[in-house]
Amino acid sequence: MMGRFFIALSALCCAVIVAMTAFVLGDIAYFGWEKLTLSFLLAAPEQGMAAGGIFPAIFGTFFLVLIMTVAVIPLGVMTAVYLNEYAPKHSRLVQWVRLAIANLSGVPAIVFGLFGLGFFIDFVGKGMDAAFFGSRLVFGQPAILWAALTLALLTLPTVVVATEEALRAIPDSHREVAYSLGATRLQMVRRVVLPQAIGGILTGGILAVSRGAGEVAPILFTGAAYFLPYLPKKLNDQFMELGYHIYVMATQSPDVEATKPILYSTVFVLLALTFVLNFTAIWVRSRIRRRLRLAK
Amino acid sequence: MNAPGGLFIEALAVRAGDKELLKPFSLRVDRGEILGVIGPAGSGKSTLLRVLNRLVDLDDGLSVSGTVQLDGANILGPEVDVPSVRKRIGIVFSVQVPLPMSIYDNLAFGPRLAGVTDPGGLGTLMEESLRAAYLWDEVEDRLREPASNLSGGQQQRMCLARTLMLRPEVLLLDEPCSGLDPISTAKIEEALQGLKKRMAVILVTNNVKQASRVADKTAFLLMGELVECGPTQDLFTNPKHKRTEEYITGRFG
Repeated sequence: MMGRFFIALSALCCAVIVAMTAFVLGDIAYFGWEKLTLSFLLAAPEQGMAAGGIFPAIFGTFFLVLIMTVAVIPLGVMTAVYLNEYAPKHSRLVQWVRLAIANLSGVPAIVFGLFGLGFFIDFVGKGMDAAFFGSRLVFGQPAILWAALTLALLTLPTVVVATEEALRAIPDSHREVAYSLGATRLQMVRRVVLPQAIGGILTGGILAVSRGAGEVAPILFTGAAYFLPYLPKKLNDQFMELGYHIYVMATQSPDVEATKPILYSTVFVLLALTFVLNFTAIWVRSRIRRRLRLAK
Repeated sequence: MNAPGGLFIEALAVRAGDKELLKPFSLRVDRGEILGVIGPAGSGKSTLLRVLNRLVDLDDGLSVSGTVQLDGANILGPEVDVPSVRKRIGIVFSVQVPLPMSIYDNLAFGPRLAGVTDPGGLGTLMEESLRAAYLWDEVEDRLREPASNLSGGQQQRMCLARTLMLRPEVLLLDEPCSGLDPISTAKIEEALQGLKKRMAVILVTNNVKQASRVADKTAFLLMGELVECGPTQDLFTNPKHKRTEEYITGRFG
């Protein structure tokens, strides 16, 4: 009797989750579909965002995520390789670093935004201006570089954890074979460990990108612009971004009713982007798991 | 004192904290001979091989004392270049471990680490090593296939050939035939007879009969202690110690 009750209860919970997801997606697809044309994707916003398209925001998002990836992948992979391959096992330092990474993934995104403002812009950027540009305002202001680096910090745990998982999946016997044939540690890492971990690294990178593409809070103070008449071309330019654009249209638009259809379509584009990235990550990971199973 | 290419172990001992994994003992093996090492599980046979290949460096909390001389130089010395010791003293593990790459890349792995990349040189070396491991005829046409396509016995012979690619002076084998069928076992034993002409061989085995078939000298290890070591025939027909006799006649172990 109790058993059947709990089965029914958990089935209900699942149904609620599925229904909510379906409702959100359905609502967005229904209202967002209409406006979604090629010209919408390729035009700039007009008339206080009540017309036109979202190309600058799409461009800015890609540019932002590209810089973020270039920063986070090497940093994250090297951290994971150090923790798993170089650092003495069970050392205090390793435990602290792991704890720090775990905590980093629990820090609210807005705190990263404030950190980016304080550290990257006010400290690093202003310091660079004072040192190289005679205190002219060049890097000491919100810019796509600082926003990307802030996002890189936010997504760092994703990359480290995914890479470490991939490294742990490699049997120690492979490492011993490499050593027994005269490999140095660096040769062992480069020729045995990294080639096998590449799939996990890729998965982590894609997940980081899909997370980074959707975050607004970290870029709020560090570089995202309300509206820009030009596309970012230099690392110290500001930029428009999809998530921030949604926030702006929903709350700051002079005519909220008029922007509504555009808002729906923009949300649709952002969701589609992150879904595609997530599914790619899942697909890559399942392919690699299958290959590993076959190899064993 | 020792002949070129020989290995001279003196007062070697291994401890893990309070526990003695290997009690001090001395032993030598020369080029041209196979030293069989027998003894029940946990008697320190594998530890011995890991010391000789310096893989022991990877294990936490082990302390090694004594000396192991290869051509008159102590390979356990602190200033020794460990990767080059491992190239000179090759090892084959009890479980075959093909790296997830082609047969060709597996075999070329060691030489490439040392900077040998020209296909001609690698090809010659590969044929020589595969023939010595009695595998050439079976893989001659499939070197580009993944190594995981090979059968277990073939994989183990590939691992042997992979070690031979570095032309080691000493070859260590850690129960290389455990889990192999009799035909593969016979091929490996045959291969060892050819190989010992070029190098000193230490064969750790759980299979007492294998030691009696293959080894020129046999050492009996029991709970970290070298009980006795002598020409294989003497040890098997006329053991000096009662424990040796009991082990080889199968009364324990």
